[in-house]
Amino acid sequence: MVGALVLLALVLITLSVRSGPDGPLGGVQSAGATALRPFAVAVERIAQPFRDAYGWVDSLFGARSEAERLRAEVRELRQRAIQNDFARQENEYLRRLISYRDGPRFPAGFRSVAAEVIGRPAGEFTQAIVIAAGSRDGVRVNDPVVSADGLVGLVTRVAPRTARVQLLTDQSTAVSAIDLRTRASGIVRHARGTRETLVLDRVRKRDVVRVGDEIVTAGWRAGGLSSLYPKGIPIGEVTSVGQTDTDLYQQVQVDPYVNFGGLDAVLVLVPRERGR
Amino acid sequence: MSAGAALRAFALVFLAALLQVGIVSALVVAGGAPDLLLVLVVVLALERGSVPGAVLGFAGGLVADVLTLDTLGLGSLVLTLAGFWAGRYGETVARSRRLAPLLAVGVITVLASVFSLALRYLLGEEVAAGHVLGTALAPSLALNLLLALPVLRLVRKVVGGPAAAEPATEVEVVV
Repeated sequence: MVGALVLLALVLITLSVRSGPDGPLGGVQSAGATALRPFAVAVERIAQPFRDAYGWVDSLFGARSEAERLRAEVRELRQRAIQNDFARQENEYLRRLISYRDGPRFPAGFRSVAAEVIGRPAGEFTQAIVIAAGSRDGVRVNDPVVSADGLVGLVTRVAPRTARVQLLTDQSTAVSAIDLRTRASGIVRHARGTRETLVLDRVRKRDVVRVGDEIVTAGWRAGGLSSLYPKGIPIGEVTSVGQTDTDLYQQVQVDPYVNFGGLDAVLVLVPRERGR
Repeated sequence: MSAGAALRAFALVFLAALLQVGIVSALVVAGGAPDLLLVLVVVLALERGSVPGAVLGFAGGLVADVLTLDTLGLGSLVLTLAGFWAGRYGETVARSRRLAPLLAVGVITVLASVFSLALRYLLGEEVAAGHVLGTALAPSLALNLLLALPVLRLVRKVVGGPAAAEPATEVEVVV
């Protein structure tokens, strides 16, 4: 019995990896995800106040170690009704999302699909989220995902009503990026051994990058090929720049604008020319 | 295991998978998050035996894989083995030991992390081994241990206590 289950799991893994998301097993998984979506959404709704409370307690601990001004702010926040406070925060977040969508920094040639974050895979193996929008909303694999703060990641799997988004902090994510001030180019990827720090890799030594510079997506286009990410999406701010005689490139550390642990809703950028 | 108990166990596993994906994975403390589904499967296996443990682990892993659109079967394989090993431990030496749930959850949390890491590496996925084993494992382990006893109490309340030993159906006379 146990042997049969292990064998079945191995067969599922093999088929899942070999056929990919578009294979027959991907269809079954998509159908399953669609069937389970109402449960996931219900849990997300029930969980939201608890997550907010957890976030509140978490931020309280962080605030204690900061300056007196923040302590006073926390005391003031504590006195307010928690539910009202979080409703305001959510409202503000969504407003910023809408303002970003309608603002000049929103990439041309794309329409946005707003989606609630409804899940996160267990364990520390992948940095990903599951969102409540899928192929029925026009979302496809490799669509970029943003928040009002900046680039979040890329859609890697799509079901009819849900999609999996690989975050910028995942080991396998890499984005062509430039320094907005000096146009120095490189590749933003996850810094090894950290959870939410990024590095701007492959920056030539002769290029100028300074602490505080804003890093945005490069959005290159060469012949028929183009970057998956539109140009100009904010990624983060340079926090340190270093170089050694032996390294070919500079070591540039980037602090992402997006708080990947606190994502409640995101925008999927769907190319207009692709249509639905 | 009676049909009612099995049904309640499956419902618990299903709920735990939903909670894991929807809430628990986001509760990151010091770099690691608890794994409610793993803890539940281990505790259920300790209480009900290796085969129910493996079956419940397979089902829980499958639900989690479907919900997160992860590689199908990966979670099932890890949790099937976790359930089976916890069940075997329960059936052999753990019954009389009060700390067995903590010991089983602790050891299986570490083994499951290493095994998942190895599996993902074999499948060609890029994984941050340093972060998983160096930063996240210790807090995850501590959080899973914290969950173990409350989950055990919940399982005993909802599903029932440890399965009674199977009565012997045959007698072999050794001459």
